[in-house]
Amino acid sequence: MTTLPQSTHKKLGLAIDLDICVGCHACVINCKEWNTSNYGAPLSDQDAYGAEPVGTFLNRIHTFEVKAADKPAQTVHFPKSCLHCDDAPCVTVCPTGASYKRVDDGIVLVNESDCIGCGLCAWACPYGARELDAAEGVMKKCTLCVDRIYNENLPEVDREPACVRTCPANARHFGDFADPDSNVSRMSAERGAVPLFPEQGTNPVNRYLPPRPKADIQTDGDIDILAPFLDTGSAGKSGSSTGSTSTSAKGLLGWLDKALEAI
Amino acid sequence: MHPAPSVIVFTALSGLGFGLLAFLGVNVPDVTGMTAFIFFFIAYALAVGGLIASTFHLGNPQRALKAFTQWRTSWLSREGVFAVLSLCVMGIYAACLIFLDLRLPVVGIIGSILSLISVYCTSMIYGQLKTVPRWNQPLTPVLFLVYALTGGALLSGQVYLAAGLMVILAILQYAHWTIGDGRLKAAGGTIEAATGLGHLGKVRLLESPHSGTNYLLREMAHEVGRKHALKLRVIALLCLGVLPCALLLLTAPGHLSALLAIVLHLVGVFAARWLFFAEAEHVQALYYDRHRAA
Repeated sequence: MTTLPQSTHKKLGLAIDLDICVGCHACVINCKEWNTSNYGAPLSDQDAYGAEPVGTFLNRIHTFEVKAADKPAQTVHFPKSCLHCDDAPCVTVCPTGASYKRVDDGIVLVNESDCIGCGLCAWACPYGARELDAAEGVMKKCTLCVDRIYNENLPEVDREPACVRTCPANARHFGDFADPDSNVSRMSAERGAVPLFPEQGTNPVNRYLPPRPKADIQTDGDIDILAPFLDTGSAGKSGSSTGSTSTSAKGLLGWLDKALEAI
Repeated sequence: MHPAPSVIVFTALSGLGFGLLAFLGVNVPDVTGMTAFIFFFIAYALAVGGLIASTFHLGNPQRALKAFTQWRTSWLSREGVFAVLSLCVMGIYAACLIFLDLRLPVVGIIGSILSLISVYCTSMIYGQLKTVPRWNQPLTPVLFLVYALTGGALLSGQVYLAAGLMVILAILQYAHWTIGDGRLKAAGGTIEAATGLGHLGKVRLLESPHSGTNYLLREMAHEVGRKHALKLRVIALLCLGVLPCALLLLTAPGHLSALLAIVLHLVGVFAARWLFFAEAEHVQALYYDRHRAA
């Protein structure tokens, strides 16, 4: 049924830390690996070894450059998967009832045996979280690894989404946003996390923790900020100016310099 | 958005077909027997042909019957329900008119209203999408309805009504384009808003998720079709309104001029419908750094 529930008992979702993500794409790979071999149709690739490979992915990492005037540019790696919105427009547009939001935990899923592959739900999603699989003709999306998180055949430590389990930087966190004391709720409150693209009125469950402010680097015109640390001689003895590399090194480096010179 | 031939043919032809049915249901033109059969045949061919074309882009068309179930929330489902309802009701009306020479005015009026509701539902499949700001404007359903009525008037041989509607349609289409051009900006469609990183500075895409393309880009970041947008807009306005209108008013009424006017109008409808899809910007493409203001 494509009518959205009034409210859900839990709000399972992800808190994604944009400050920590290093853009390694490990979550992309583990997501694809788990979801191509478990619940639902596989995530197919076309022309996988050819000139123009394309394929279905439920999780994609964009890398942005952010530049404020008078500041150095900064890089933000931006993982993007389904945000399991409370007001999910992808669910209500579905003509067959294949798309639905679960009352128990708020996960948005597709019943693939009802999906006619019209693609309207992908059009309705502002985040690009749904992809029509070219081989199966059904809509694929993040299931929040529904076949892992409740799976008692797995060790307890593995009962979280594949992307969260695999992230080497710990940038992705899984939890219940309906519980104000959950890890993800506390994290979101502390870091001032905001819903993504609120102009679209989707009320997403997932939260993005914004990049922390960068410390401003004072260069005083000297671009080599490591220079002060390269002066290995005892302070005051050397006649050379501090804060820059001198041509005649002292101490260990000086010995090395002389030794290498002698060879 | 990707201007898929199946959806262009579907929206254009079924609109014309239901437009003609709307006129036939209120006894315009006043026909019975074989003549009525030809009119209804044309209307059904267009409406049903368009609906069949719409199934060509489905991934699993064998399950299409399930699309009639979610009319409570889904405009696509409602479109299917009302299309079938209007075709059934008009079928009864047409059968009585053709074979029994019996006119059932109430059935006809209900059929006409249902036909127009079908067109409205088609328009709302697109008009409802907040993700495509160009479509998400009140003029979208108005435009689709006037397209259907203009085509219906033209096909049912109502010369002056068709000429008048074509002028209105041309003005409406121009307004839809002009308002549409500013919709993405009005909806806050920038990469800064989409990523929520605007407070840190100007944002640009440094690296795409994958080196190749994907479903999202093919389907929702189509830009090739916009290359000749201005030329196509001029062609569309000339063909859907100006030329057939002049032809109808300046030449003696007859089958040849009517046919020529219909063909011209159809060319205009297809050009305009191509642009309706090709020019539509989807907000998810902002994450791929598309839709930068030129």
